[in-house]
Amino acid sequence: MRIVSRSRKREVSNQTNSPIHPAIRRAACGGRRLPPYIKGLLRLAARCPRRSYPHRTPPPTHPSARPLPSVASCLLRELHRPRPLAMAEEVVRELRASFAAERTRPAEWRAAQLRALVKMVDEKEADISAALHEDLAKPHMESYLHEISLVKASCQFAIKGLNSWMKPEKIPAAITTFPSSAQIVAEPLGVVLIISAWNYPFILSIDPVIGAIAAGNAVVLKPSEIAPATSKMLAKLLPEYVDSSCIKVVEGGVPETTDLLEQRWDKIFYTGNGTVGRIVMAAAAKHLTPVALELGGKCPVVVDSNVDLHVTAKRIAVGKWGCNNGQACIAPDYIITTKSFAPQLVDSLKRVLTRFYGEDPLQSADLSRIVNSKHFQRLTDLIEEKKVADKIVYGGQTDEKRLKIAPTVLLDVPRDTALMTAEIFGPLLPIVTVEKIEECFDLINSKTKPLAAYLFTKNKKLQEDFVANISTGGMLINDIALHLANPYIPFGGVGESGMGSYHGKFGFDCFSHKKGVLIRGFGGEATARYPPYTVEKQKILRGLINGSFIALILALLGFPREKR
Amino acid sequence: MGSVAMEEMPMDLEFGKLVGELREVYESGRTRGLEWRLSQLRGLVRLLEEEEEGIFDALYHDLGKHRAESFRDEVHTPLVAFPATAMVVPEPLGVVLIFSCWNLPIGLALEPLSGALAAGNAAVVKPSELAPYTSAFLVANVPRYLDPEAVKVVDGGAEVGEKLMEYRWDKVLFTGSSRVGQLIMTKAAKHLTPVALELGSKCPCIVDWLDSNRDSQVAVNRIIGAKWSTCSGQACIAIDYLLVEEEFAPILIELLKSTLKRFFTKPEYMARILNEKHFQRLAGFLADRRVASSVVHGGHVNAKTLTIEPTLLLNPPLDSDIMTEEIFGPLLPIITVKKIEDSIKFLKSKPKPLAIYAFTRNEKLKRRIIEETSSGSVTFNDAIVQYGLDTIPFGGVGHSGFGQYHGKYSFEMFSHKKAVLKRSFLLEFMFRYPPWDDSKIGMLRHVYRFDYVSLFFALIGLRR
Repeated sequence: MRIVSRSRKREVSNQTNSPIHPAIRRAACGGRRLPPYIKGLLRLAARCPRRSYPHRTPPPTHPSARPLPSVASCLLRELHRPRPLAMAEEVVRELRASFAAERTRPAEWRAAQLRALVKMVDEKEADISAALHEDLAKPHMESYLHEISLVKASCQFAIKGLNSWMKPEKIPAAITTFPSSAQIVAEPLGVVLIISAWNYPFILSIDPVIGAIAAGNAVVLKPSEIAPATSKMLAKLLPEYVDSSCIKVVEGGVPETTDLLEQRWDKIFYTGNGTVGRIVMAAAAKHLTPVALELGGKCPVVVDSNVDLHVTAKRIAVGKWGCNNGQACIAPDYIITTKSFAPQLVDSLKRVLTRFYGEDPLQSADLSRIVNSKHFQRLTDLIEEKKVADKIVYGGQTDEKRLKIAPTVLLDVPRDTALMTAEIFGPLLPIVTVEKIEECFDLINSKTKPLAAYLFTKNKKLQEDFVANISTGGMLINDIALHLANPYIPFGGVGESGMGSYHGKFGFDCFSHKKGVLIRGFGGEATARYPPYTVEKQKILRGLINGSFIALILALLGFPREKR
Repeated sequence: MGSVAMEEMPMDLEFGKLVGELREVYESGRTRGLEWRLSQLRGLVRLLEEEEEGIFDALYHDLGKHRAESFRDEVHTPLVAFPATAMVVPEPLGVVLIFSCWNLPIGLALEPLSGALAAGNAAVVKPSELAPYTSAFLVANVPRYLDPEAVKVVDGGAEVGEKLMEYRWDKVLFTGSSRVGQLIMTKAAKHLTPVALELGSKCPCIVDWLDSNRDSQVAVNRIIGAKWSTCSGQACIAIDYLLVEEEFAPILIELLKSTLKRFFTKPEYMARILNEKHFQRLAGFLADRRVASSVVHGGHVNAKTLTIEPTLLLNPPLDSDIMTEEIFGPLLPIITVKKIEDSIKFLKSKPKPLAIYAFTRNEKLKRRIIEETSSGSVTFNDAIVQYGLDTIPFGGVGHSGFGQYHGKYSFEMFSHKKAVLKRSFLLEFMFRYPPWDDSKIGMLRHVYRFDYVSLFFALIGLRR
């Protein structure tokens, strides 16, 4: 795969002015005829900023040497290989039939599936943990804490809430339509596609599935091919526990995903990065399918100087390196603190890190590894950049063979480096210093909206300002990443960090259509509604719509009466 | 981006500047304050009150709408509540773009605008070029009543819409056809802009046997109200066709005929067809010989005045254009089924409509319709009125679009719900932190099982 991208690199360096990559254009014209939206996708993929793409290529050293993003190149290759569309089509056809037969609608079915998921988690905890360890060397504790137990809690929350979520919501009907009653009925959308990510390959797969099942949909889950062991495990385990005529796992990479995206879905739920997010949304546009996109972003941590330093350092450390070694969409990406406080914070972080992961963190079994060599390369390139390398104040050790990178803290990295502009998604934590902590607002707002923003302070005023002035998916004050575990608040991004939210009842809502139902009787005829229109009728109508009771009573009495 | 804009037409520069200015205004925080939002909503109400004459004139010129109809459908914009919960903070999205449609040109522009402003966004409204008088009215009057720096109206055709979509918005609401909806969403994907699409569809109306003559008359009144006096059927939630039992059809048709005669004593009580193109489209439906032979009432068209008589058709072929495309005009096909329950199966075989209507007293049928069919909304024993209700969400599903507005849902549509969780520095558990070992996992298990007794023992080292 890397060879391909290198050869493309050479091609690019020749012509770079056209918005469409020459290789793409050539392929698109020369190869088999592409549907216009695929051309659009390719153009898009070629132009997209490579901020948060998982197969990230090294940061461009020279603008003309920008390599083609590998998603586009993979897509290209795929479009040229004749492939059977039948699989994706077949899956969707079967699920549509199951959905039409109303298998997924009854509350009993939904609860049974959710209970089966709980059972699966209970019985197969070891298998799940092993798969996660194989993909990411994820410590058992982390697997349990962030994936297994959360999935279970999420299932149990949904089982408990299911009946009340499904109940039609009675709402007051307006006076205009009196007498009437109104309700909002949550109905399933139909057949939904869930594409999950590699960094939390278990929970990011199952959690949306829980919402989709609770809402009564038929589901196709496409786990990430970058975490192959978990993908395989899901494909094997799920059919053993849940109704496989309505819930399917489709394994595969770009070709399979492309096939799936060509089908018509009733909702597409994608977790990953902005580049692919754009492709997913453009593909969904063809069928007018609503999408939920859970993307990442550079999540800032603002640390004020009046905090409990040791607790703060511990929480940041466990939130950054104890969450898949920084490979999490809500992991802290960079710290903002004051110039005067920075040395203390760095010292405290060093102490905490040494206690957590020992003198040689590369040997620690409590740190996940980097998912693959591509990402390893990307991360090491980030810290090997000239302006960055001498800013390391802690860590920096790497082990290419075992794909391990030690927790690394950097101080005062120039803001124009790739480390400070792209999403890091790894164990590097730069600290940015400012004169006054209030400067953090401008700094954060100058970047795209992140998925999460964190603040450590005891200053109530600063907390309020932070809530009011920072636009982000979610916000957590005085801790890291815990908001994810709270099912009562929605989890999802805004702007570049995505759209749509889930968790708890929000997951149910994400996969439901809220149908407004108005039930009227045959009374309450306001003749003013009907032609022939007269001045009197308009008066009555005005009274009615403006909520005038007297006019309403008159209208109810059918006054002024029409002459027949 | 900059260099691209330089090469192209000045329109780009103009829009670039427009979007840039709006973003600046939004980022200055001006639109976030409660006072600003309230003042804008009051401005909107004032606009509707003071410029009522202007609105009526514009609508009359564009669509030949009668004043009462205009007032009922358009001049009614509810003020929006301000929900706020402790931990979920609604925040404005930023700069939003609203495309409105020509059939209810004022309502479909200002109603969502009220939501966007209530939520604290800066907004651009692009009214449909197919209703030029209304568009001109909005361009002239909106800046007089609303903050002209934060709310802009852009006049123009499809190419203007396309150019606008080149820029990054924080939300786009589009009302119109699926074809354009697809385009809008594809373009929005480039900037990861969330979209809401309000598209049209064939809204069916099931008419069951009704016990009393009075009920039948009321039903017929309401059907006529929802078909011909909603801009001559040119509304996305107008009734598209009726579903009735075979034996009931003749009775219903007679009743419809006599009531139509009584209601539409003068031709100006009905809005005309928007333009030549749409007139031709509708006349084209009737040109199909199989369809023409199914006409049981009306059917006369007048190309000069762009009017079409209220027309009833009995069982036009299901594969004809009139039964596969959205009608959007004063033609009403009546489809018969053996038993009224069969209509549910019929509906399930069709794309999901924006609304399903049913006139019935049969509770079981009502329940089955709610549970088994899927649509944007369901209304029993009336039609269209659900649009005026701001307590229920308005919006489609499947082919009829997605994203819901009206009342507080408009506010939600243009807000981001930011989850905020606050913690203190107290209460620290060492088992949250590495290095991990089995006892920490054991403790966590207790926490997740809510087994606090065991947790306590584990903590003081009595149990593993």
